[in-house]
Amino acid sequence: MARQKIQSLSAVEETVDQIYRELGSRVNAAMTNACPIDVALGFVRLCQSQSCGKCTSCRSGLGQLATLIKRVLDGYGDMADIDLIERTAQSIYLSADCAIGYEAANMVRLCVKSFREDFESHINQGKCSYFFNRPVPCVSRCPANVDIPGYIALAAEGRHADAVRLIRKDNPFPTACALICEHPCENNCRRQMIDDSINIRGIKRYVCDKAGFVPAPACQPSTGKKIAIIGGGPSGLTCAYFLQLMGHQTTVFESKANLGGMLRYGIPNYRLPRERLQEDIDCILSTGVEVKLNTKIDSPEEIQKLKEEYDALYISIGAHKDKKVRLENEDADGVISAVDMLKAIGNDEYPDYTGKQVLVIGGGNVAMDCTRTAVRAGADKVSVVYRRRIADMTALQEEIFGAQAEGAEILELVAPTRIETDENGKLIGLWVKQQMISRYKKGRPAPADAGEDEYMIPCDILVVAIGQGIESEPFSEFGLPTKWDQIDADDYTYIKDQPGVFSGGDCATGPATVIRAIAAGKTAAANIDEYLGFNHEIESGVEVPPVTTYDRFHCGRVNLREREAVVRNKNFEPFEYGMTDKEALQEAKRCLRCDHFGFGCFRGGRNFKW
Amino acid sequence: MVNLVINSKHISVEEGSTILEAANANGIHIPTLCYLKDINEIGACRICVVEVKGVDRLTAACNTPVEEGMIVYTHSPKVMMARKVTLEIILSEHNYTCPTCTRSGNCELQSLSEEFGLTAETYKKRMVKMEWDQNFPLIRDNEKCIKCMRCIQVCDKVQSLSVWDIAGTGTWTTINVNNGLDIKDANCAICGQCITNCPVGALQARHDKESVYAALSDPDKVKVVQVAPAVRAAWGEQLGLQPEEATMQKMGEALRQVGFDYVFDTNFSADLTIMEEGSEFLQRLANKDQNKFPMFTSCCPGWVRFLKSQYPDMVPQLSTAKSPQQMFGAVTKSYFAEKIGRDPKDIVLVSIMPCVAKKMECTYETMKDEVRGQDVDFVLTTREFVKMVKAANINVLDLEDKPLDDPLCDGTGAAVIFGTTGGVMEAALRSAYFLATGKNPEPDAFKDVRYYHDGWNEATFDIEGTTVRCAVASGLGNARKLIQAIRAGEVEYDFVEVMACPGGCVGGGGQPIHIHHNQMYSVRAPRLYQLDSDNPIRFSHENKQVQQLYSEYLGEPLSEKAHHLLHTDHNGWKM
Repeated sequence: MARQKIQSLSAVEETVDQIYRELGSRVNAAMTNACPIDVALGFVRLCQSQSCGKCTSCRSGLGQLATLIKRVLDGYGDMADIDLIERTAQSIYLSADCAIGYEAANMVRLCVKSFREDFESHINQGKCSYFFNRPVPCVSRCPANVDIPGYIALAAEGRHADAVRLIRKDNPFPTACALICEHPCENNCRRQMIDDSINIRGIKRYVCDKAGFVPAPACQPSTGKKIAIIGGGPSGLTCAYFLQLMGHQTTVFESKANLGGMLRYGIPNYRLPRERLQEDIDCILSTGVEVKLNTKIDSPEEIQKLKEEYDALYISIGAHKDKKVRLENEDADGVISAVDMLKAIGNDEYPDYTGKQVLVIGGGNVAMDCTRTAVRAGADKVSVVYRRRIADMTALQEEIFGAQAEGAEILELVAPTRIETDENGKLIGLWVKQQMISRYKKGRPAPADAGEDEYMIPCDILVVAIGQGIESEPFSEFGLPTKWDQIDADDYTYIKDQPGVFSGGDCATGPATVIRAIAAGKTAAANIDEYLGFNHEIESGVEVPPVTTYDRFHCGRVNLREREAVVRNKNFEPFEYGMTDKEALQEAKRCLRCDHFGFGCFRGGRNFKW
Repeated sequence: MVNLVINSKHISVEEGSTILEAANANGIHIPTLCYLKDINEIGACRICVVEVKGVDRLTAACNTPVEEGMIVYTHSPKVMMARKVTLEIILSEHNYTCPTCTRSGNCELQSLSEEFGLTAETYKKRMVKMEWDQNFPLIRDNEKCIKCMRCIQVCDKVQSLSVWDIAGTGTWTTINVNNGLDIKDANCAICGQCITNCPVGALQARHDKESVYAALSDPDKVKVVQVAPAVRAAWGEQLGLQPEEATMQKMGEALRQVGFDYVFDTNFSADLTIMEEGSEFLQRLANKDQNKFPMFTSCCPGWVRFLKSQYPDMVPQLSTAKSPQQMFGAVTKSYFAEKIGRDPKDIVLVSIMPCVAKKMECTYETMKDEVRGQDVDFVLTTREFVKMVKAANINVLDLEDKPLDDPLCDGTGAAVIFGTTGGVMEAALRSAYFLATGKNPEPDAFKDVRYYHDGWNEATFDIEGTTVRCAVASGLGNARKLIQAIRAGEVEYDFVEVMACPGGCVGGGGQPIHIHHNQMYSVRAPRLYQLDSDNPIRFSHENKQVQQLYSEYLGEPLSEKAHHLLHTDHNGWKM
């Protein structure tokens, strides 16, 4: 008789393991518009199945909680049940022996607290206060509501130009987004219920690469209305494009020498090559947008003048002001801001860091851009200094991996304390203190002092990339409401008590993604049109192919390949390859066509126009 | 054209056709349940699933386009198994009370179950009860609802009122009044199109038969009944009668056997409506600068409710004439009561109507008064009437063709076409022409306004040098399009007729319901036109009994007495 056995999973255990994995994918694909009580019930039932059965609270208490919640859902609950659910959950939380019980109950406590009103609605009115209204996950998650299943179906048929036309119905930056969009559309992709989300950005890149020049649609007859747009970034240009298509005349006032905003002055060439950005801008300008470059609107008088001369005003100045790290010697020679660094590159002034040691402070995408730029500028060594862990960084994972592959090091849990200079005031290093990750603050694990001595990391260049501010002073002086440094516009891009003045993009939300800025420009165009007394509609004229019948077998996701890191980190040439025809076809065929299958063929599957 | 094979039959259909359309066009039957052509093609019920060769999972035939070379099996073992299980699951959330259900016999679920040969319940019942105001003329029973979504789609797409919506999520998804409103606050026109398109008995008109039976058993009452024009084109359908067998005279005899003392005809008051509404129109036309145009007809209560809730500023443009049902009530409880020397309150007046909204109309504050009480006491749908005939075991074909009762039974050809879209307009123009010129036009001179289609009919007529621009719409979605065009200044009309139900009253929400045939108006309307052309008198102003009513009682159209009895204030009641 053997004394020990190597542990292995039985067939049953393997299946259960698979259930847990699929549950995880399903949770990833979940949209947050299900009945919250139904979701809570599902959670409690799962927790129930995990109970080991030893202790009363968890074994039997969770069962009672599930029964009570189900009763409310079935329409047989009464108001006393809410208190009973709360008291039961409280008791299990307090008395359960292990986390299986007390964490489950704690969540139920939170549920009752946060959606008591929905419990009441079920009990008193016999109905849920929520509706299923996001049938197509990718379209719902895209801030500009681009018709994603539509252009994927067109890609599968090889109709690349039509795909670009369909994208442009909602977003005039198909190429820029194909290269750098953060693709929130992929987050809840229903394909995750089978294997992995569709590579939506990759397919978009494929159609944009393949389509060649696609002219903009014709503008509707002129209305004679004039709109001034302050700021020629993604938001301002989107607004201009759609207003032109509606028949209005727009003029874009841009303070810098080139259009593009953060697309040009924030994102380096290796991610978004200038000539590719120019494709989108040229198409937008072909609709007749007037452009005034090197024209900064920075006084209340100038704003007033524009307001008088034009029928409406859209403010989309972005967030181009650097934020200070507020350390001693921050103005030392060698300390630069991310904004300044990327702005210079935007004007094709590339730095030369040959032989230098570079430190970058920050954990967002801009910090990664600066890091990878510094590597390409020939630095000997580039390191990122971040207070939290890599896992806590707000930068996209692929950006972090890219930076690391190109030779940058990320120093996690390191907090800057002061900047060291030599006798000439020149930067020589950054003093830091080691941190440890600790208790949660505001729902996130926060760093705390690890109890070690301060030490200095020597460096010649220190890039501060901890966020951007907004140059909104002239606008607040003019009388527009501001919140911190943001222009206080609402989700309709309206500004309170300022008829005819609209604002959106980074300057109204704080630094955010390109696609959100584009969405704001689109919203502003619609609402400006409405404000001017029109109801112009934007449509693509592209007919989306009907669904075809085939099984969706498990199939891996095609990711975009990158140029070899040690080659690409020497220059600013594009770092990523597009898909091959074969890859794109396979990827497009993975799409589940939620515009048709499921709720999509009933309601909300497609907006033909807006 | 696309070539495919269905069940080894090689067929060729137009590109873009669905598998279901391809099968139907080639005599292959695929069962459906939620499907409603052009209105509900969403593959919700999963009964129409078929097998496509080379594809493991089944495909909904109703909304999957055919593909070149596709090989389809509509009744393979896999398909049959899946359909049967689906049907059993549908049954598990349907409270089947077939013997007492109003839809027994014309229930699509019952018919499918029979077709599938189901013999036992497989799944435990899981039904959710929902409260409903049982006094409202439209009743919804959540325990019978199978969530086919047809009601939502019909109200959205055909009637443009969106009274219904999805409620709840996930397994708890059901249908309820939009925004969680109470039905009485939901701007429902009570057209009943959701009822006639419901595959089961989840949506029904309120049953008023028992109240009528109670009234019929009261020996102190004079029991009077009126029958609306469109009823005669439909009542025989569920009694197995051919249209020409289901005569008005036989219907009258049946009503007498059920217990009515007087059987009258709403055609009478349809002619009376023309006299009042036609005169009102000419009067408005003569004072063009003081009136807003177009003038709208007011005989359809669903339409009146629609206009009041959707375009309240246009209510003054409605003719002040009461609907024929209500004119009939007022005349019965005044003129007729005097004639037979009875207190109006001793008379019970029942209407047989193709309509659900009429059940509401007769209760409005403006439709009753101190002396007469409620002008119309009860409204039964055509369906309820048929059930009464069945309950009384009347063999209709054995009944004699006896005439209806004087003095309120005469109706002209112009009156009978009130039951179809365009009929009121046509009848009004026939008499307006006479009133304006003193001579009759050709009876069929205004037939351009006939028949239902998407959008509206328009016609321009010259009446002795005056051009009259007319438009006719049926279905409230079409009515909305028409009104939007009028409001946008795209079109201009003098006189507009609207009926809430597609095709008019022949397609009314109170008419008999047939499985897989929701467009019976196209069969019933020709019957009414036949009755019109068969009638020796085709002009409302030539109705002898109407002439008698004016000479003996009312004086002339729009007289003070006529105003008091036959006209109404549409703002005198709230939705």
